Amino acid sequence: MSSALRNPLPSSEQTRSASDVRLSVEQVSYAYAPNPSQAPLFTLEALSFHAKPGEIVAILGPNASGKSTLLKLISGALEPLSGRIILNGFVTHSLTPRTRAQRIALVQQESRLLFPSRAWEFVLQGRHPYGSGLRFETQDDVTIATNALTQVGANHLSDRWMDKISGGEKQRVILARALAQQPLLLLLDEPTLHLDIGAQVDLLHNLRRLAAENRYTVVVVTHELNLAGEYADQVVLLQKGKCLRVGPPASVFQRELLEQVFQAPLSVEMTSSGRPRVTLFSNT
Amino acid sequence: MRPLTIGRLLFRCGILAALLFVVVVIALKMGAVQVSLYGLGRDLLSVLLGQSSAISTDYGMIVVDIRLPRILLGIVVGASLSVAGASFQALLRNPLADPYVLGVSSGAAVGAIIALIIESHLALSPEIAGLITPFGAFLGAAVTIAAVYFLGRRDGQIDSSTLLLGGIITASFLSAIIMFLMNTLAGSNLRGTVFWLMGDLSTPQPRSLLYLLSFGFLAAAGAIYTTASDLNLLLAGEKEAMHLGVDVPRVRIVVYLAASILTGLAVSVSGAIGYVGLLVPHVMRLIFGADHRMLLPASALGGAIAIVIADTLARTIVAPSELPVGAMTAMAGAPLFIYLLRRRLT
Repeated sequence: MSSALRNPLPSSEQTRSASDVRLSVEQVSYAYAPNPSQAPLFTLEALSFHAKPGEIVAILGPNASGKSTLLKLISGALEPLSGRIILNGFVTHSLTPRTRAQRIALVQQESRLLFPSRAWEFVLQGRHPYGSGLRFETQDDVTIATNALTQVGANHLSDRWMDKISGGEKQRVILARALAQQPLLLLLDEPTLHLDIGAQVDLLHNLRRLAAENRYTVVVVTHELNLAGEYADQVVLLQKGKCLRVGPPASVFQRELLEQVFQAPLSVEMTSSGRPRVTLFSNT
Repeated sequence: MRPLTIGRLLFRCGILAALLFVVVVIALKMGAVQVSLYGLGRDLLSVLLGQSSAISTDYGMIVVDIRLPRILLGIVVGASLSVAGASFQALLRNPLADPYVLGVSSGAAVGAIIALIIESHLALSPEIAGLITPFGAFLGAAVTIAAVYFLGRRDGQIDSSTLLLGGIITASFLSAIIMFLMNTLAGSNLRGTVFWLMGDLSTPQPRSLLYLLSFGFLAAAGAIYTTASDLNLLLAGEKEAMHLGVDVPRVRIVVYLAASILTGLAVSVSGAIGYVGLLVPHVMRLIFGADHRMLLPASALGGAIAIVIADTLARTIVAPSELPVGAMTAMAGAPLFIYLLRRRLT
């Protein structure tokens, strides 16, 4: 088997022994201003967290808390104002787009296609970082893309048109494209948006299995408290650009804290598996 | 999963090339003076063997010295406009983009006319003077597309309808400039200019310009082709493309400059021929799909075929008089475009 087929990455002794931490976000802050002379409209205060291979980190918070900004910083699309983000020893922002795409895969909220394409064509796009501006897919690329579709249980969708499949099916194909990139780090921006409950659980279940099997580090931005509580290893709780708490769901999910952040009355109880479960009450 | 292979790409291009050859042969045969297929074959063979002197008949002269150069010019112009159209569509993420609709052709025309005015005031040798026009056209095209690009941006994203409206407004503004410049061009042949503005291949071009045109096409289209896979991803949006490893600013500048060169060159020899850059990529996409590795060469060959057919009709339909080829492409292209537009919407 060629080296390209190692899935998802060479878990060489060297990287393992150097450090068990794959992703470190170190004192990262950011400020957004429409032009440099004005006061920033939005600031993300310095925050830090670390994640190991196979771990799922959930970024939680109300709207405008800085979740997506943090994800963009981690993806390397934005440059931090201070601090640095290190993935396997490299600062993500200073990597070239191509190298970055070999290490970081981003699953964004639904992307609109100008011209329809078939699911397999879409998944093969994930192999683009491994070639140049003009490349023809090799047999290896096809094998990797097929494996990626199998891993998300979407092989039967291969020949379907992307605009003719359901939201849940589409989300699986998009995830398959990210897997085809063979990344170290998998980023997801509200992947459960527009999905029905069954598809949401299905997606998160897939994510946990994939993270464990392929040793991906997963960072997911979500609004779904219970999905984060059930599936995440760490939770980063944000409010208005400030990081309030980082830690396992059981320690972050406290009634007073969550009520204050989300401005809603709720209760938190522990399930038999030691996972927190949140119940919302109506205000009346 | 059946990704595009080089073999399949070459096979399909071979079919289109064969089709182009057939169209060229028919175009050589048709015209005010009828030529027999046998005489045509014999004369072409003697040209290929370097024995042009062996051609004795007047028919042969008409075919080799008048029709063939015009057809070759049409091939390069058609290929340039179609590749430019396909590139603009990907770059601007707008299936209705094309050099003509966006006003880029008008910009190139303004550049070319200004170059002509400057030329007439400088005492230059004809060879050098002949190269100033295409350069002016390139500058005109480049400035226009930059202007339209910024007109079409809203909140840092290209807005499809704003872009098209911006292009149409730019085109009408530039048309007014052209009218103004034409009236200040003292002593020039007005009918010639009007024909040229409509898109015209009948004016014989100096040899140096033809070489420049062919070389420019190969260089610019080649440069665009090296980004073919990147363009596929750009269709999904610039951010998404970046996250899949595309160096978006680099691809954007390469395609922008190369497409401006293609438009400038085509306009400087043939004026503003409309709809080819819009429709040919559309038809090719319907046949072969949206993959630019296939689409770009298919558009080049398809554009050549379309222009040769259109120009042949333009010079035979009202023989012994002639229509500008741009009138033919607009007559055939506009209804076809409306049909495609309706089809997309339903």
